[in-house]
Amino acid sequence: MTMMPDLSRRALLKAGGALVVGYSLAGARLAAAQAADSGHPIGKTVDPHEVDGFLAIHQDGALTVYSGKVDLGTGYRIAVRQMVAEELEIPVERIALVEGDTALTPDQGPTAGSSGIMRGGVQIRQAAATARQALLKLASAKMNVPVENLGVLDGAVIPKGSTIGVTFGALIGDQRFELKLDPKAPLKDPRTYAVVGQTLKRPDMAEKVTGRHVYMHDFKLANMLHGRVLHPPAVGATLAEVDEASIAKIPGARVIRIENFLGIVAEDEWSAVRAQRELKARWTGGGGLPGNDGLIDAIRRAPVIAEEAIETRGDAAGALKSAAKTLRATYFWPPQTHGSIGPSCAVAEFRDGTATIWTASQATHKYREHFATIFGLPPEKVRLIYLDGAGCYGMNGHEDAAADAALLSRATGRPVRVQWMREDEHGFDPKGPPQLLDLEAGLDQDGRIIAWASHLHIPQATKGLANIPLLSPAAAGLAQKPGIGTGLISQNGDPSYPVPHVAVTAHWLKDTPLRPSNIRAPGKIGNCFAVEGFVDELAEAAQVDALEFRLRTLEDPRAIAVLKRVGELMQWEPRVSATARSSAGSLAHGRGVAYIRYKQSENYVAMGIAVTVDRGSGTVQVTRVVCAHDCGLVINPDTTKNQIEGSIVQTLSRALFEEVTFDHDRVTSVDWASYRILKFPEVPEIVVDLLLHQELPPLGVGEAAAAPVAAALANAVFDATGARLRTVPFTPDRVKAALARG
Amino acid sequence: MAVYTLHINGVEHRVDSWDPEQPLLYTIRNAVGLTGTKFGCGLAQCGACTMLMDGDPVRSCSVSVRDAAGKTITTIEGLGSPQQPDFVQAAFIEEQAAQCGYCTAGMVMAVKALLARTPKPTPDQVKEALAGNLCRCGTHTRIVRAALRAAGSI
Repeated sequence: MTMMPDLSRRALLKAGGALVVGYSLAGARLAAAQAADSGHPIGKTVDPHEVDGFLAIHQDGALTVYSGKVDLGTGYRIAVRQMVAEELEIPVERIALVEGDTALTPDQGPTAGSSGIMRGGVQIRQAAATARQALLKLASAKMNVPVENLGVLDGAVIPKGSTIGVTFGALIGDQRFELKLDPKAPLKDPRTYAVVGQTLKRPDMAEKVTGRHVYMHDFKLANMLHGRVLHPPAVGATLAEVDEASIAKIPGARVIRIENFLGIVAEDEWSAVRAQRELKARWTGGGGLPGNDGLIDAIRRAPVIAEEAIETRGDAAGALKSAAKTLRATYFWPPQTHGSIGPSCAVAEFRDGTATIWTASQATHKYREHFATIFGLPPEKVRLIYLDGAGCYGMNGHEDAAADAALLSRATGRPVRVQWMREDEHGFDPKGPPQLLDLEAGLDQDGRIIAWASHLHIPQATKGLANIPLLSPAAAGLAQKPGIGTGLISQNGDPSYPVPHVAVTAHWLKDTPLRPSNIRAPGKIGNCFAVEGFVDELAEAAQVDALEFRLRTLEDPRAIAVLKRVGELMQWEPRVSATARSSAGSLAHGRGVAYIRYKQSENYVAMGIAVTVDRGSGTVQVTRVVCAHDCGLVINPDTTKNQIEGSIVQTLSRALFEEVTFDHDRVTSVDWASYRILKFPEVPEIVVDLLLHQELPPLGVGEAAAAPVAAALANAVFDATGARLRTVPFTPDRVKAALARG
Repeated sequence: MAVYTLHINGVEHRVDSWDPEQPLLYTIRNAVGLTGTKFGCGLAQCGACTMLMDGDPVRSCSVSVRDAAGKTITTIEGLGSPQQPDFVQAAFIEEQAAQCGYCTAGMVMAVKALLARTPKPTPDQVKEALAGNLCRCGTHTRIVRAALRAAGSI
């Protein structure tokens, strides 16, 4: 390889310099570079059907990948490079990555639903495979060697048996492929993978750990104002009066009022914070929330706009009537906040009839259309550019902050940065909606589940509906397409076992309190909590061990494999009822298990959890979590494990501690004291085992492992105490009440 | 407008602020231009803005620029660089102890302060020392391992 002139050390270093764009230049300078379109092909296509939409090869042989999907802290940034590196035989260090810029990257759909690698990465891999074939053809013509006698190695096409070839840069550097993405372009045989399947370190880690990584929050433009928005004291309140004199002493601060939208801008950030805090305004009306204590009643009373059969197999109603034994139970999952550690932030600039918005949105392309509608601009005059935010795990306040900044920039004619304060984020980010599930199941004579009925009481979901309405355009009287987006919250409402008679019915509610949005593994965590908790109740009713009860009905070997692996890792001891192991004083120890086939079509996940319950205080300490996880092809084992560990810890937090509280006017859990999340001393030992299937397509890993956590935890508490927990969060008071019920 | 002298990462900065109550965090992020330290809550509840002041960990969202004047301040940028990370930062990189990374600067600074006091902490001591630092991505077990690795315990 050293004989190839274009791959000299100097060229490699130069290539290394180029990839700085994707690596350490990420953030401010990257965004500035992108804003000027420097370094990117003039008039670059963003057509997802074109290879040029996704890939550009430069003169020096370095490669830029244009990805509509983004890295939300997930490791996508290294994984997608590995997929491209594998197909094109080019080192990951020579691949730069541009993410979520509507002017430069194809629309690959939002980075949601664990679709980053499984859809976005796979699409880009196919572009790389198409490019590989094109490069072989170009080299064949250039060297006059038949394609079948050529190979690809280290960024060059080389005749077989030779060490001298022609580099990609020499073949097509800075030119377009002008080629449709070929869905049939051959992919590498997974058995020959050298890069995919390896743990490579993430390219952004050193910058993040040393404070050099530039986040959305750190991005600045010249002449930029700092803005804040005043949210109303009661949801939907009308702004009656603003006392501008109340901030007269704050240098440079001024009020921007558009109907019920009330914002302030200032030359420096602290002045904006002070002005937001001190501006006096009078609001009227609004409110009308049921209060969180009245939420379940409100859901029972809420108008149902449609009933939908989500899943129908056999005759559930008939089979329930003839079952040897039937059980019923009601489970509840409360509204929860995304709880991003950094409140949402955005920068917007209206200039010369165009709007450019820097945002940490998971859906820049989708919101480009939305912002174009709101501001009455043609879509081509609106550009959204993704920059990393604090982890969001669904639609938090990023898009609202972007709308705030855009409104303020349009009003002032200057670039404006808006960062929400903590009470804005906790109080006004759209929430994961509440889920109420009524379940009924029947056992046959042998204690097998013969019939199952789930009734899901959930707010109307996404089907065909547009974006969640954004707060500030609504307040300012700007038209938005009506819609609600919660993610697919009706999935996994049925057990992941071959039950012959199943009916899952969604009772779509017109509304639930607080604006809903998608939050990690939308709906699936609450549904699996109910379904797998109820399966545990059925196992007890059948007097069959909880693990055996699950295993004995499964036929899919991948499902059986994950459950058996968890049994091994837990050193599972069969039990037909609560073990109720006790130790010193009031402490009781137990272990639970849960399983899910995510979306009934994706990952296989089994979870085992060990707990210690203090019967006196009602506190639950999770001591150990084991997870066996099959997501098909694993691109990067360590980033995959990081995602699974994070899913487990975050969902433990949601199950143990989290519930949005609200009164009749507004959210009252507006800081980390009133909305408590899990802290270091509560973190258990975590064991993750990846069951590899490198021959299969990759599935997403950002959500699936979150789904069975709460069920495994509740089932462990049952094993320890004999008490069933059917309402999240498992606060000490709830645990004590369950213990009192027995 | 008053002028305050701050000693940050071994460099003297003179910054002005119309408000002596302006939190140190805003001064350092905006006037000084060191953005590695992050705003999380403004309430001293999450630890994202942790810096060292005269060697002690402080929540820079809740220390005024007036009170910080004359003190010796170390921020995340004062430890090491991507090319030459400090030993705690190197341990975080080795353990890949972040996802979004927004809380990470505060975590690293809290671990620095812990190891200065307790060079060989137990896992429980690490967890206790970090009890006031929140992470939402759930990278806690990696952060604990990074702290133990930095202490030479693994």
